[in-house]
Amino acid sequence: MSIFINADSKIIVQGMTGSEGTKHTRRMLASGSKVVGGVTPGKGGQSVEIDGHNLPVFNTVGEAMAATGANVSVVFVPPKFAKAAVIDAIDSAMPLVVVITEGIPVHDSASFYAYSLTKGTTRIIGPNCPGLISPGKSNVGIIPANITGSGPIGLVSKSGTLTYQMMFELRDIGFSTAVGIGGDPVVGTTHIDCLRAFQDDPETEAIVMIGEIGGDAEERAAAFIAEYVTKPVVGYVAGFTAPEGKTMGHAGAIVSGSSGTAQGKKDALEAAGVKVGQTPSETARLLRAIMGR
Amino acid sequence: MDLYEYQARDLFEKHGVPVLPAAIATTADEAEAAAIKVGGKVVVKAQVKVGGRGKAGGVKLAVDPADAREKASAILGMDIKGHEVRTVMIAAAAPIESEYYLAILLDRSNRTFLVMASVAGGMEIEEVAHTAPEKLAKIPVDSNVGIDLARATEIIAAAKFPADVADQVAAVLVKLWETFVSEDATLVEVNPLVKTSDGKIIALDGKVTLDDNAGFRHPDHEALVDQAAENALEAAAKAKNLNYVKLEGQVGIIGNGAGLVMSTLDVVAYAGEKFGGVRPANFLDIGGGASAQVMADGLSIILGDKDVKSVFVNVFGGITACDAVANGIVQALELLGAQATKPIVVRLDGNNVVEGRAILTAAAHPLVEQLDTMDGAANRAAELAAK
Repeated sequence: MSIFINADSKIIVQGMTGSEGTKHTRRMLASGSKVVGGVTPGKGGQSVEIDGHNLPVFNTVGEAMAATGANVSVVFVPPKFAKAAVIDAIDSAMPLVVVITEGIPVHDSASFYAYSLTKGTTRIIGPNCPGLISPGKSNVGIIPANITGSGPIGLVSKSGTLTYQMMFELRDIGFSTAVGIGGDPVVGTTHIDCLRAFQDDPETEAIVMIGEIGGDAEERAAAFIAEYVTKPVVGYVAGFTAPEGKTMGHAGAIVSGSSGTAQGKKDALEAAGVKVGQTPSETARLLRAIMGR
Repeated sequence: MDLYEYQARDLFEKHGVPVLPAAIATTADEAEAAAIKVGGKVVVKAQVKVGGRGKAGGVKLAVDPADAREKASAILGMDIKGHEVRTVMIAAAAPIESEYYLAILLDRSNRTFLVMASVAGGMEIEEVAHTAPEKLAKIPVDSNVGIDLARATEIIAAAKFPADVADQVAAVLVKLWETFVSEDATLVEVNPLVKTSDGKIIALDGKVTLDDNAGFRHPDHEALVDQAAENALEAAAKAKNLNYVKLEGQVGIIGNGAGLVMSTLDVVAYAGEKFGGVRPANFLDIGGGASAQVMADGLSIILGDKDVKSVFVNVFGGITACDAVANGIVQALELLGAQATKPIVVRLDGNNVVEGRAILTAAAHPLVEQLDTMDGAANRAAELAAK
């Protein structure tokens, strides 16, 4: 098992004909993902040849779904056009939309997130995220497929590179699914959504949760863990040294006044019984100790 | 980006939110001229991006232009909580009868927008929320529905504004929503929103935060950046499109990915405890494509920071290949030549790590030292900075 995606996930790439879209379509195909087509408004009817795969291009997500049976979309569309692309996917009731694009105005992401709630048929992951991978089954986004294989750990993280680092630290054990939820102030899928899915996933035995400064998603996740999660969870929080009022790379990574601090998040997680590492390596060791590996 | 009060005031005026006549000044002479232009009694207000300026003596009433000149010369140059006052706003003085609070903001927790409204204005809203939460109405707004006059009227009624001002305040809320949306703001706050003795509603002081991601549809927002207040290194980094934040420590940091870089800073500070409190000197994320030029630009910014004693390059090759990063480091050091004087600790892992490490080993640059793990490399960089 895995969460949100599986070996049968059929993926379309919104923005496949752009340079980033093409590059990552190639990588997804190479890792065995079932990419079945792409969407670029105005280029419908064309096709793109990538490493022996002839991928049709459609004008809309609806047409792509009807022709290919796709049930996952991954969005590489530039910020300016990302909102329209996501709205198109929601209008077509695409079940899962993974938005990789960084730099989307928060009014746009708040709008498409609200729209997805109104429609009630689409889960959005991201924006500003690396996507998600269930090693050996499906890889949606830009997470390198060669770090590690399938295994019993579930991982949820705001950060792409910390996701890679943690998968690398625990590469001998392997992952059921690793989800990068993104570092923007408004994201479609939260730590809590992933924790719930991992708790309910029979293949996942233990969970790593990576957070960072800004907002209160980690504090909320801690409360959720205390109430709902019985599987072991270890945590890591980045940004202890971040000064107040400065955006640290991710649009959402900012300490405002006394809220959103790394210490506050660590304290909340520890109060919920989650062991929190000082460094990514120590976090990995904590998980090993719990799993006895 | 947080705006100054006068910039917020100008945006309010542009979108029809009622404000008082005002002008800005950076010298006493300009302040006098501004007071003549505004006319009558004026208030001289320090322009700083921090709260509590009134208590610090940064807001003064002036009875005439000569007085405004005197008050401005006292306020200009003041230090308010570490912020130097370089500009004052000269605003018309208004006879205030009541003070209210009105704001629209991004509510991250609930992933929606939120109106906050209170009849207890003029003080810190956190204090109202704490001491009299019943006086603070918090009402979510669906981004795709927005606030028209009917909705604004409902919100203002729910916030229990007095009947004699409710219509005017509702109209202001509609204009504030227009400001919030059309400027891509994440916060528009009016505190206080006042009723004057002649019954008019006016935004007396305001705070606006704009979304940096929305810059592409607001070319005019670039002019709102206060270049004089920017750190010189941060400005130089920005000019080279580098994501850099200056900090106070001694270990220069270069990494890829915001999360990994933040983590690197923490790990260095943690390791630095053993070496007399060595700390990271900066945040610098060079992103995915770490070309030689980007690496050279990054190293050059960091080596230009006189506080830096050692440098830690921490890269996990996900999409980036470590051999490309290693080549980048080697070429950057060639480009920098004699400019490069500080020891550089490098930790490479991930994609093509064997090739990457081999390139650095073969180059055998006297300043470069490689370590296998992030924690070990952080420790070494801290140790070198403490020497």
